[in-house]
Amino acid sequence: MSGTAAELPGVRDADIVRIAGLRFQWPGNASFSLAVTSFALPARSRTLLLGPSGSGKSTFLSLLCGILAPAEGRIEILGQDIAALSSSARDAFRAEHIGVVFQMFNLLPYGSVIDNVVLPLSFAPQRRKRVAESGGPEREALRLLSRLGLPEELARGRSVANLSVGQQQRVAAARALIGAPELIVADEPTSALDRDRQAAFLDLLFEQARDAGSTLIMVSHEEAFAQRFDRVLRLDEIVSTTGGRPQ
Amino acid sequence: MIVWQLALKSLRNRWLTALLTVLAISLSTALLLGVEKVRTGARASFADTLSGTDLIVGARSGSVQLLLYAVFRIGNATNNISWASYDEISKHPDVAWSIPLSLGDSHRGFRVLGTTPDYFTRYRYRGSQPLRVTAGKPFSDLFDAVLGADVARSLGYRVGDKIVLAHGLGSVSFVEHADKPFVVAGILDKTGTPVDRTIHVSLEAIEAIHVDWQSGGRVPGQSVTADEVRQLELKPKAITAALIGLKSRLATFRLQRAINEYRKEPLSAILPGAALQELWELMGTAEVALSAVSVMVVATALLGMVTMILTTLNERRREMAILRSVGAGPRTILGLLLAEAGALTLAGIVIGPALLYLALALLRPYIDATWGLHLAIDPPSLTELSMLGAIFLAGILAGLLPALRAYRMSLADGMTVRT
Repeated sequence: MSGTAAELPGVRDADIVRIAGLRFQWPGNASFSLAVTSFALPARSRTLLLGPSGSGKSTFLSLLCGILAPAEGRIEILGQDIAALSSSARDAFRAEHIGVVFQMFNLLPYGSVIDNVVLPLSFAPQRRKRVAESGGPEREALRLLSRLGLPEELARGRSVANLSVGQQQRVAAARALIGAPELIVADEPTSALDRDRQAAFLDLLFEQARDAGSTLIMVSHEEAFAQRFDRVLRLDEIVSTTGGRPQ
Repeated sequence: MIVWQLALKSLRNRWLTALLTVLAISLSTALLLGVEKVRTGARASFADTLSGTDLIVGARSGSVQLLLYAVFRIGNATNNISWASYDEISKHPDVAWSIPLSLGDSHRGFRVLGTTPDYFTRYRYRGSQPLRVTAGKPFSDLFDAVLGADVARSLGYRVGDKIVLAHGLGSVSFVEHADKPFVVAGILDKTGTPVDRTIHVSLEAIEAIHVDWQSGGRVPGQSVTADEVRQLELKPKAITAALIGLKSRLATFRLQRAINEYRKEPLSAILPGAALQELWELMGTAEVALSAVSVMVVATALLGMVTMILTTLNERRREMAILRSVGAGPRTILGLLLAEAGALTLAGIVIGPALLYLALALLRPYIDATWGLHLAIDPPSLTELSMLGAIFLAGILAGLLPALRAYRMSLADGMTVRT
């Protein structure tokens, strides 16, 4: 596997994500297509992917997380070509190795804060095992929440409904980080926050991602935080789309 | 697993609609089982209305009609049997006992039956239960009356009360046998049979109150007082029907045939069991209709559940996207929704029978007393269990509709949150 990837320009063996020759088409919508010639993420790096919404961003993230399967090409994560996996194997792979933070509405409204944080562990035996070694799901959830700056009485709360948007994003970050998945994908995680809270949130997210040894990729249209990242890429330089946007 | 706990919490989050859905399924399940219970109970009670009698004899008519007027006191006899014919039949060598029945009078809506004291010992119901006298005793005097349990209860009569019989069958009659009042001699135990709604007097008493009557009216100027009537020979000229017990059951068809072919008068002899069965078959359509309606009610309840789940799907797209993002496959989403339908239906088919048993325990004495319907509180029968199983399967099947829709939605949405 590594042999193939190493032949591609700009792709190194130490990369956690390697995408090559990717082409995607929505089934039944031949007019739209998305292609990625080459894309890589070095392990433990922090990458900002800049691009306005509507530039194929959602489709690219869905491909990266294994929700969608490409028509052609490879998406290697940790040396595994997820494009070659069945859809249920891709789901299992995502559960085990990828933590996702959305822009907003990250939480199940009827679950407690801890329920929401430990949710991925149900689908990821290895993450569950790692968490068990560090003191069990609840303790690990509380540890992460406290490191992300959520007061303990809120972290032990029975409902997420009373949390502010910023607090909700911290809970979402803790969920993405629990069990230390190798890749954290954050889709505009700060855009619902005030400007001064955005920086604070990013600092906490970076710190915890580093502690967990996770690689972080964040998609945003906001260039203001560019200098905080190791690498800044422009979506339109990586992804080429043709035809109308998917609905 | 936390996902199932979350599914339960999600349901609890919508507790009001979930509760109403479960309630609808419970009530419809209780209704379906209740109808089944009433059906089997009614069938059993009905078939046990009259037992121990081998033949019922009346004027020539259909067996159901004869059964209706002779046993159920519904409708009228087409004709009478002459006493001579009855006498001849009762003396037939195969006949062990016979009880004449004379109908035609009433008291405040309840039929009056003229018969012999043997009636109280020979009549059997529910297996082989004999009639029991709760208060007083069977009639001994000419103007004694023995009341069925319903008659005594609804009219508030006690032993010793005086009652006046009316000619004819209307509940309000202007033609009364006021000159010859009766005394309540005894009151019978509740039986759940038409006996409860009957006033029993002696055959002679029927004769006595009609001694000065002719073709349905009092003969003017010919008044016989109650005391005078005791001096007369009160031998009935005709009766309405007769119950016959045989020495050997093997003779049943032989005697039935003999009576049906009786030369002097057109008569019919029927087998009570067969006639009861035939009558029940007539009501079978109603029975099927009742079952069909309750099946429809269950279907409606399940439809309500599907509607309830479907309407929540759109607001739960976010929930599904979140679950997908943490690694749940579309099949997990499908499973969650099926589990939801399954849980709601399961709750319904557990609570439903519980409600039914509770209702039975509370209402059974009342039902028995009011309609004479004996409903057994048994553990669910195999039929009932398979009904519950069928409801559960139907619930899961119905749940497939929203589940498949959610499956498709989660495939299309992926982890994109659309709100």
